[in-house]
Amino acid sequence: MKIQNDTHMRHVISLVLENEAGALSRVSGLFSARGYNIESLTVAPTEDASLSRMTIVTSGSDDIVEQITKQLNKLVEVVKVVDLSESAHVERELMLVKVRATGKEREEMKRMADIFRGRIIDVTDTTYVIELTGTQAKLDSFVGAIDAGLILETVRSGICGVGRGDRVLKV
Amino acid sequence: MLLTGAEIVIRCLQEEKVDYLFGYPGGSVLYIYDELFKQDKVRHVLVRHEQAAIHAADGYARSTDKVGVALVTSGPGATNAVTGIATAYCDSIPLVVISGQVPSAAIGQDAFQEVDTVGITRPCVKHNFLIRDVRDIASTIKKAFYLARTGRPGPVLVDIPKDITAQKCAFEYPQTVSMRSYNPVVKGHQGQIKKALQLLLEAKRPMIYAGGGVVLGDASEKLTALVRKLGFPCTNTLMGLGGYPATDRQFVGMLGMHGNYEANMGMHYCDVLLAVGARFDDRVIGSPAHFASEPRKIIHIDIDPSSISKRVKVDVPIVGDVGEVLGEMLAMLDGAPERPDQDSLAVWWKQIDEWRRRDCLKFNQGEELIKPQYVVQKLWEVTGGDAFVTSDVGQHQMWAAQYYKFDKPRRWINSGGLGTMGFGLPAAMGVQLAHPGSQVACVTGEASIQMNIQELATCKQFRLPIKVVMLNNRYLGMVRQWQEIFHGNRYSESYMDSLPDFSRLAEAYGHVGIRVDKPDDVEGALREAFSRKSDLVFLDFQVDQTENVYPMVQGGKGLTDMILSAEDL
Repeated sequence: MKIQNDTHMRHVISLVLENEAGALSRVSGLFSARGYNIESLTVAPTEDASLSRMTIVTSGSDDIVEQITKQLNKLVEVVKVVDLSESAHVERELMLVKVRATGKEREEMKRMADIFRGRIIDVTDTTYVIELTGTQAKLDSFVGAIDAGLILETVRSGICGVGRGDRVLKV
Repeated sequence: MLLTGAEIVIRCLQEEKVDYLFGYPGGSVLYIYDELFKQDKVRHVLVRHEQAAIHAADGYARSTDKVGVALVTSGPGATNAVTGIATAYCDSIPLVVISGQVPSAAIGQDAFQEVDTVGITRPCVKHNFLIRDVRDIASTIKKAFYLARTGRPGPVLVDIPKDITAQKCAFEYPQTVSMRSYNPVVKGHQGQIKKALQLLLEAKRPMIYAGGGVVLGDASEKLTALVRKLGFPCTNTLMGLGGYPATDRQFVGMLGMHGNYEANMGMHYCDVLLAVGARFDDRVIGSPAHFASEPRKIIHIDIDPSSISKRVKVDVPIVGDVGEVLGEMLAMLDGAPERPDQDSLAVWWKQIDEWRRRDCLKFNQGEELIKPQYVVQKLWEVTGGDAFVTSDVGQHQMWAAQYYKFDKPRRWINSGGLGTMGFGLPAAMGVQLAHPGSQVACVTGEASIQMNIQELATCKQFRLPIKVVMLNNRYLGMVRQWQEIFHGNRYSESYMDSLPDFSRLAEAYGHVGIRVDKPDDVEGALREAFSRKSDLVFLDFQVDQTENVYPMVQGGKGLTDMILSAEDL
């Protein structure tokens, strides 16, 4: 776990934007032009195909995060912006890990996947691909728990987030 | 009836009542130019460089309350336009720029004169569009004008591939625009306005600080009424000059890096500050930390929420159109029984007048060398304070801002945010076209003017009787000033060598050129120039090479750390 302090809090910002060519680069361009951090960014169309939903994990002081949300709101294609971390919300991230699975490690790897409620979705004589969903912290712990030498590659989706209960971000 | 994309573009401009279109033709916009040729409602102004087309449209927009419109071709046409677009973006000027693009099928093929115009301009436009279907042209252009002029204004670019301008579809110009993702706030929050007024009425040392938002929002009458009713001092930013009448007693002058002593001191030591359409930028308050060292309550009215609490923490934010909010505030003030405390206000004014007595803009016009300040002062007198004045960037820009007392908004036209040399002359073209009978002066320097001097040809072709007032000190004056103060007098590359004979150059373009060397000849030359109603007159004033702009706050320092004259160095 990274140490967090008041001046550099992690924030999860969720936005709904027009599903148009160039909208993503407007958002990413804004972050690079103004020197804001992006830890992760995920985007895909919603149930209404004319809209996309984006989740951005960023960090910064309260002032900076306030500017980030204001600047995002200013983009013409952005319909709504919410800082999910202002109140209760859930986050999930998907990870695919390809590991070497041979000899006695093969059984051990299966057991670790089970402990973390992962699923093995591809099997060869020598490898597994493990699918794991959870918070960033859980995925980090899984990567920490298995022998680093056995990891062939990891792919993470970046997190998706949604507010708890009645808190709904909808147009 | 089916119309081609090119016909639709022109019809849209006609629907928007565009009278002048500033542009330069090229391969990708040939169909559009062909349609332009067949009509006479939209008049095309052929510039000599695309950057000038944008600046001219920009000057047109700044001096009116209309959207400026420009047309450029793909590739170099678009990249040449970028400086102009960024200039307009930094000062929130409403423009619609139409750029040609290579045919749809060639996009991404590294075609001749292809650049990713939408990608290149993305960080310096309010919004941009790449049209992919002829049926989208009308609705996109409608949106472009709507986006450019509403909310915080800004430039909007529409990129149109050549093949689409040749395809046909039915034309209908939409009457209204509705965008779920764009709904700018107009009215301010009543409760906040009330709170603001309460603070103002309780203030002992109030200051009203008004910026370009007042000019762009056509709110200067309301601002003036409020300032007068309250009896408070008022300062303007570089962009806000003319937003409050400069000859009024309650005006304490421009503030900031080269602001008046009384304005900067008042800004720093006030107890309640009302910021209207201004953004506390680095050239205004210097160091935010130093500014925050003195306690004061800040009220901030701005149409753009992201301008509020960006560099300075604000106590009462009010998001809304400045005209609307000031109107509400005036109405509330009329209905309120309280009035500002006259005793504390009198003490505050006494302090301000004491600061004013420093007379920070005084200069000594001797008999030998022409002082640049003197030229601007005479320009103000000769034009009766009623000219439109454009400027380039540097010392002459600051002197124009300090010594030309603007009593009306939209008269002072300069590149404040981006600081674009080469802006003045093309901007003056747009101003003169928008105001054919008016006096238009371009205050410039011998370095800035050379960045777009080719536009003297455009001025000739369109018979624009602009008066070019060039303060020629044979230096990049502001660079030289910084080198003198911060770099031990090492004038690295700031000397302007091999200058042309400007008066003869002007004559070569078919204009009138006058060179002025003596202080005694300044006023006469200006009078002569402005009496020539139909000529462009290029005045080359040979001014004191060593003159610096004062007062001066060094970059990053506090507002109260002012260098008032050479003796302070």
